[in-house]
Amino acid sequence: MSDLIDDAPEGVNAPEYSVSEISGAVKRTVEGAFAHVRVRGELGRVSRPRSGHVYLDLKDDRAVLSGVIWKGVAARLATQPEEGLEVIATGRLTTFPGQSKYQIVIEDIRPAGMGALMAMLEKRKAQLQAEGLFEAARKKPIPYLPEVIGVVTSPSGAVIRDILHRLRDRFPRKVLIWPVAVQGEKCAPEVARAIAGFNALTPGGALPRPDLLIVARGGGSIEDLWGFNEEIVARAAAASEIPLISAVGHETDTTLIDFVADQRAPTPTAAAELAVPVRHELLAWTEAQGARLGQALSAQLRYRGERLRDLSRALPRPETLVEQARQRLDWLGGRLPVALSRGVDRRRLRLSELSGSLRPSGLRQSVAGEARRLEGLGARLGPALGRLVVRRREGFSAVAGRLRTDVLGADVVQKRREVDQLAERLDRVARLQLKDWREALEAQDRLRLTLGYEATLQRGYAVVRGDGDVVTTKAAASKAAALEIQFADGRLSVGGKPAKKAGGKDKPPEQGSLF
Amino acid sequence: MTDTPIAEMTFEQAMKELETVVAQLERGDVPLEDSIKLYERGAELKKRCETKLKEAEEKVAAITLDGDGAPTGTKPVEGL
Repeated sequence: MSDLIDDAPEGVNAPEYSVSEISGAVKRTVEGAFAHVRVRGELGRVSRPRSGHVYLDLKDDRAVLSGVIWKGVAARLATQPEEGLEVIATGRLTTFPGQSKYQIVIEDIRPAGMGALMAMLEKRKAQLQAEGLFEAARKKPIPYLPEVIGVVTSPSGAVIRDILHRLRDRFPRKVLIWPVAVQGEKCAPEVARAIAGFNALTPGGALPRPDLLIVARGGGSIEDLWGFNEEIVARAAAASEIPLISAVGHETDTTLIDFVADQRAPTPTAAAELAVPVRHELLAWTEAQGARLGQALSAQLRYRGERLRDLSRALPRPETLVEQARQRLDWLGGRLPVALSRGVDRRRLRLSELSGSLRPSGLRQSVAGEARRLEGLGARLGPALGRLVVRRREGFSAVAGRLRTDVLGADVVQKRREVDQLAERLDRVARLQLKDWREALEAQDRLRLTLGYEATLQRGYAVVRGDGDVVTTKAAASKAAALEIQFADGRLSVGGKPAKKAGGKDKPPEQGSLF
Repeated sequence: MTDTPIAEMTFEQAMKELETVVAQLERGDVPLEDSIKLYERGAELKKRCETKLKEAEEKVAAITLDGDGAPTGTKPVEGL
């Protein structure tokens, strides 16, 4: 309006804030104005660092609001924040001056109505189904009579009691309880871990691996049961090698684990019923089978017995088989004595025929004939012998006529003369020979005497012996203990050196040969 | 017929086998000697079933966990 007034630019004279001041002012304003708000939005990125606090985004189609749930609060939440879930978060806004940010500190978080929760569950279900985790082909049969049953549930409370009671009633078994939280933030991870943990056990170990799992929880609100809708629980149940029965909530409650479980039980009690058969029923059944077995066998035996009787009735009587033969036997037997006597009669007749021709007169006649023949031959025997002798004697006389004794006698005289001459010659020759041998012998002896030393002794020589040996030197003679001189007419002992030892010892061993 | 020796059969195996044996025997189309063998086998199977049914012992234990949630052992559970 007036050029004269040099209006200062608007706000110039407003007080200046420092950044901290303005941040603090904003903080006060925001926290004062939004100390308690309820914000509806879809959960964006949810992160859970190890600190235990939960950081998340709340968003709608145009804006994003950061949020935090402190650790203590997070553990108490009935609904665990999950990406994509439409929620109503209750809390207060606060700023974070260091980064020029503001956020909501969430005190409680609830699904934005049943529809929102269900919508998210449907979405998750559709995804797992697409992966084939609900396929009937994946479902393992529940063992008829498990030895060890693993139960994943809260260790206190009605659920485990119901299960154990029902097991006890039906068929007491070994039960391993894996304690878990069945609601709240810890529920899903603990349940998933328990399922995997049971699968990791070794069969028959100190912690025996169960052959059946029951995951159970009692009834509650959809939020209470929500842990069993969590994906990690569903995936752990799908991965379980051990057959698994889910029993979460009441009959009308269906959670995600029910779709992947091998069997869904409407209640924990029903799970126990699915798990084991009724023992006394089986005992009765076994008894009945035993009875049927016995009956079937006796029926078999009875039937075969009847059949045997039937067949034996159809068999012709043995009598009929032999009757004809017996008749024939009778007939033949009847004929036998008759035939026998007739045969005897026939033979007897023939005997009498033959014996009739056998009479003493005939025999005598025959003997007389033979005797006559003998006499005839005997009469011819004497003349025949005489004739033979005459013939032989004639032959002998002819030869004897040629045998002359005078020739033989002359031969004998001649031979005797020759023998005498030979004997005379032999005698003469023998005597001559003997005389020659004697002369030769004497000549030899004479020669022997002239050659021996004894002959030399005749000529005046002597032989000296000392200690038996011939001594030929003076040295030997002086050594000898005794000397002996042999002359032609005998031996003389002379003293020598006196004997050093007893004479018996010094006697020449050859002394015996002197005699 | 399975090859598992009867003494090693589970209750369910023995039960199924027993059913088969009874049915076979009741049909009555086996030779007499075989039916006696079947009967004997059936009796053995029945005994096996009874043995397994008598092994009905309740033993309840809770797994104890360490701080990381790993199993460390068991403690008996009573009064449930």
